[in-house]
Amino acid sequence: MDQKEVFDAIIAILKPFVKNRDALATVALETAIQKDLKVNSARLVDIVLEIEDRFGIEVKDEDAEKVRTVGDAVTLVLREATHA
Amino acid sequence: MAPERVVVTGLGVVAPNAHGKDAFSRALREGKSGIRFHQHLRDCGLACQVGGIPEGIDELLPRYFTEEERLVTNANITFAVIAAVDAWTDAALPRIPADVDEVDWDSGALIGTGCGSVDVIAEKLVPATNAGKVRRLGSTMVEQSMVSGNSARIGGLLALGNKVSTNSSACNTGNEAVIEAFRHIREGRAKRMLAGGSEGHSKYSWAAGDAMKVTCRTHNDTPEKASRPMSATAGGFVPGSGAGVLALESLTSARERGARIYAEVLGGHVNSGGHRMGGSMSAPNPEGVRRCIRAAIAMAGVRPEEIDAINGHLTATFADPHEIASWRDALDLAPSKMPLIHATKSMIGHALGAAGGIECVASVLELYEGFVHGSLNCEDLHPALTAYADRIPHATVLMPEMRVMAKASFGFGDVNGCIIFRKFEN
Repeated sequence: MDQKEVFDAIIAILKPFVKNRDALATVALETAIQKDLKVNSARLVDIVLEIEDRFGIEVKDEDAEKVRTVGDAVTLVLREATHA
Repeated sequence: MAPERVVVTGLGVVAPNAHGKDAFSRALREGKSGIRFHQHLRDCGLACQVGGIPEGIDELLPRYFTEEERLVTNANITFAVIAAVDAWTDAALPRIPADVDEVDWDSGALIGTGCGSVDVIAEKLVPATNAGKVRRLGSTMVEQSMVSGNSARIGGLLALGNKVSTNSSACNTGNEAVIEAFRHIREGRAKRMLAGGSEGHSKYSWAAGDAMKVTCRTHNDTPEKASRPMSATAGGFVPGSGAGVLALESLTSARERGARIYAEVLGGHVNSGGHRMGGSMSAPNPEGVRRCIRAAIAMAGVRPEEIDAINGHLTATFADPHEIASWRDALDLAPSKMPLIHATKSMIGHALGAAGGIECVASVLELYEGFVHGSLNCEDLHPALTAYADRIPHATVLMPEMRVMAKASFGFGDVNGCIIFRKFEN
């Protein structure tokens, strides 16, 4: 699984929760999930659960809390998927 | 300062026999039943395997909810939102877009429910908790399982800044919401209130009534005949679901906007019978019922003989003849002089916390359009009601001159609510 595949899968997971639909058109690794995409902070736990299910990994709470950007999420998934 | 006059300027309804006020009006006029057989009730061993469930709802969801909101809804909240947004739109009130930081401080919502979102609690919250998988529940359980989940969602969608709350008084819930919202506007605390009730179609809440043997178990093969208010062969109520919401507004606000006015709320009263004098958890104290009706009429300032029609509680249990006796005593009219008496539940079943809301929508439509719909399935009138035979229509009666409609609901817990609507007169 390469970075592009993980990136696309994460965007697909984020999409229903994105309030700033315009930002989706230019989404990139440095796009901030809450600040730019306007995802409700309460929904981050649902996004983590979906990421776990999609990639077959377990995300620790302390790791999830460090995720700010789409790129952070991609890096986390690639790291955990390698360990799995 | 004189109290504000309160009028109805919008209607929203999701009923087992129709969605939307126009389709609902047609369904009422045509005597269209929304009661169907449901295999999942048989599979669970319920004795009553028929019920009223609104149809075609999944296709409507994209019109009312964003993709994210669809992940966080359930039957109760979905019905409430559709009816409330429809009422708001029907009243031609403007919607503040989700990305605009403005709030309508003059508008609120009081949307009740009897059982809340029992399906979510039973199917998700309890099993996951018992299995030690709380983490897997995610973020959406609180807003779905909290009883005020219906009004809270509506408040956010419409940017309401006045009172937003959910009341609950069993089968009187919807009526109580309309009465309390009416009083809220009357006292000048809000200009507009969405008011009514919603109820999901959870087999779990229906199972509770089934176990108590208060639901109909005699017409599983003939669902459209199952809901039989005032019939000699009534065998219990048929559970229903949906939502009914009125947009209530001060007359001042309605006039400023040039809004269409369906009817005026002249008066309303809520009380209880204290579980004494024949009242109990499951039966009304007749003195409480009489007092409730009389207080609503007194507040409305109408004489009993001015009431053209009664949209009763009338659920198809043993209580129907007692209810009509209470109406007769409260109005102090001979049976032959009584208003027309009819039961919307004969078409849609008993929608519990939504019943009052849906039936208020029916009452206001009837008043505005000048008709009284027929009561289905009571051709074999209960023997105690023989004297009222010509006051109980079996098919739609056109009444263009109709001015006053009384709507009552009576609920478990010995709680009562009565509203007097009048065709709007300047």
